[in-house]
Amino acid sequence: MAEPQEFDVTDEQQELRAGLRRFAERAHDETVLRALIDTGEGYDRALWARLGGELGALALAVPEELGGAGGTCVDQAVAAEELGAALVTGPLLGTVGLAVPALVAAPASAARDALLPELAEGTRTAALVAPLTVPYDAATAAAVSADDGRLTGTVDHVPDAAAADVLLVAAAGPDGPVLAAVDQGTAGVTVTPRGSLDLTRRIARVDLDGAPATVLATGDDADRALRHAFRTAGALLAAEQTGIAQRLLDLTVGYAKERLQFGRPIGSFQAVKHRCADMLVGVEHARTTALHAAWSVASGVDDPDLAVSIAQATCSEVCYRVAADTVQLHGGIGFTWEHPAHLYYKRAVADAALLGSAEAHRERIAAAVLDALDAGAVPAPKVATG
Amino acid sequence: MSSPPTTDTDTDTERVADATRAVVAAHDPRTAPRAELFGALYDAGLAWVHHPEGLGGLGLSRGLQAVVDGIVTDAGGPRMFAVNPIGYGMGAPTVVEYAPDREQAAAWLRPMATCEEIWCQLFSEPGAGSDVAGLATSAVRDGDEWVLNGQKVWTTLAHVARWGMVVARTDPDRPKHRGLTYFVIDMEQPGVEVRPLRQMTGQAEFNEVYLHDARVPDAHRLGEVGAGWRVAITTLMNERTAIGGVTGRRGSGVIAEALGLWAEHPDRHTPVLRDRLARLWTRAEAHRLTLARARRTATAGQPGPEGSVSKLVGAELNQEVYEFCMDLLGPDALLYDDWTMHRADGGGRVHADPGSTLQQRFLRSRANTIEGGTSEVMRNILGERVLGLPGEPRSDSDRPWKEVPRG
Repeated sequence: MAEPQEFDVTDEQQELRAGLRRFAERAHDETVLRALIDTGEGYDRALWARLGGELGALALAVPEELGGAGGTCVDQAVAAEELGAALVTGPLLGTVGLAVPALVAAPASAARDALLPELAEGTRTAALVAPLTVPYDAATAAAVSADDGRLTGTVDHVPDAAAADVLLVAAAGPDGPVLAAVDQGTAGVTVTPRGSLDLTRRIARVDLDGAPATVLATGDDADRALRHAFRTAGALLAAEQTGIAQRLLDLTVGYAKERLQFGRPIGSFQAVKHRCADMLVGVEHARTTALHAAWSVASGVDDPDLAVSIAQATCSEVCYRVAADTVQLHGGIGFTWEHPAHLYYKRAVADAALLGSAEAHRERIAAAVLDALDAGAVPAPKVATG
Repeated sequence: MSSPPTTDTDTDTERVADATRAVVAAHDPRTAPRAELFGALYDAGLAWVHHPEGLGGLGLSRGLQAVVDGIVTDAGGPRMFAVNPIGYGMGAPTVVEYAPDREQAAAWLRPMATCEEIWCQLFSEPGAGSDVAGLATSAVRDGDEWVLNGQKVWTTLAHVARWGMVVARTDPDRPKHRGLTYFVIDMEQPGVEVRPLRQMTGQAEFNEVYLHDARVPDAHRLGEVGAGWRVAITTLMNERTAIGGVTGRRGSGVIAEALGLWAEHPDRHTPVLRDRLARLWTRAEAHRLTLARARRTATAGQPGPEGSVSKLVGAELNQEVYEFCMDLLGPDALLYDDWTMHRADGGGRVHADPGSTLQQRFLRSRANTIEGGTSEVMRNILGERVLGLPGEPRSDSDRPWKEVPRG
């Protein structure tokens, strides 16, 4: 059996996709979604536990010896695409995107080895407390200080924090960054839910006031774990954006075939047809760059940070654009509360803001690619000089 | 994940490689006259390995042609495709499928392969661009011959071509797709007038061709009378299969020109231009990776929409990269002093002169979203054939061609 190459789709991945789609259709349809977003926690713990225990969708990229399925980031990206397509609620970004990869990359310890299987199974949930609206950099741990195992500081706009059993915190200690874990409800931990634009993924403010925490990693180890978490979450967020964009394209094309105006389906008008074609082009580029980022994170081929920035810059814009076009091409109905377009549109806006905007990632690309060019490193093209 | 399916046995590959090495050993590709080398390849069945034996092939899989091309070019030889692209890539498959008999096919194919006879394709007309089936050039039967009258346009290499593939209307009373017939016309006869068509670049890659009572023997008709559209589809479907190629490295291709200029002119950097270049670079990279994905899924036998997307994106990206380059050049972009009318020379250089300047390539890029299917037509194809959206209402489908308004 040949090893899968980049962009191969394995039989296992196809089965995973089909299984998750069936699950979402049966257990998490639009009626369920709308009911869940009106609840206090915003998701269903029993359903979340099924995603982990029954479907194994939370542990795909966790090595077997740590209690996972031993898959890769590409497998996890396939799941993220499907769960995104159905707007499945739950602390996916916090737990699977950020906390699990941080733990996988952290040094072995009793606390880590006990927590990871629980998160993978879906019996507990987690969030990463760090500035999550900007790409990872040296300032990521600066908002919280770690002093002798006690955490103090405030971080706002933390996705999934209110729904998390465990908070993994990026903090600054005397010897560099610290990754520490603290349980929700511990003295000195205050999590305040904020009103969220994205109804399907909640954000909260986390105040830490000398909260006693378990230190999981320090210095270079903590930096490596956090960097890996941001990279993985970036690749999975891009996959989620791809899934959303694909679902909205399907929805819009279906509508454009059915909806009649001026005596013919609106999809027969070039103004509509060409916009759908542009949506398709966007979805194709999103899928490619998201898969490439996941492949790079999984295999180390290409520079994973650059690959993730390419994917984030591409997928954020595509998903946002496709969601806006979906509202537009559905006409009046697309602007109503009863139509699902707004739920996706709001997720698209939030996804584009998380882990660094498209502009922030383009800035990284510009720094890595353009600023690094030495004069003469690339042959200058022949220019007419009159 | 199983390995991609393959139909080329190792035995076939070795056979083709051995045969090619034998030809290359006997006719050094760097010194032997082109026609001698190409003739030897044809006679050994290596011009089109998938053709039947005796017609320049060995009846093997099309993919093995890459083995031949690799050995010949590695030895410093030219490619038939580069010299006679329309004949080699589009004429040959049409002739093999539709020539009236094997003798006629062989009579056309060997000189086509040796590039002693260049071919061109006379489909487009001033009144029929995207809508080629609406063409007006007429063919009227006269005994054993047909008499053709009309005007063709955008004809690459017509000024050096011996043969032209021409579609003409033989029955104006039938709907447009059903009244067409396909011929191979002798370009060197008196009724064929070729005029260079000068482009906005100043060059003339293409020609206009006027047919005044030009004659074609009925023996040079391909396919049945009235079935010309089906034959034309064979030609058009082969338009790009011969090009192939590999996915370039990151930062190669047209974006390399922008990166080169950027590195060359640090004094002209601004934050706005830097953002524009970062955007273009990112899109070029998404495009490049999507081509790689398309190739991968095509190998695995699951063709997706990625391939259809590439023509549209590639064309628009090309234009935007050159527009960026001109803006980066600033006032120097305005300098230009060579409006010589270069013509494609029929010696392997079809497109713009390799010594062309950025300003010329910038102007040439305006054609990218028109040639080989306009971006508007490409978006229709994506919308209708990939997404399954309904077609535009049409008024020409069942009407006799002569009653369809044209202009």
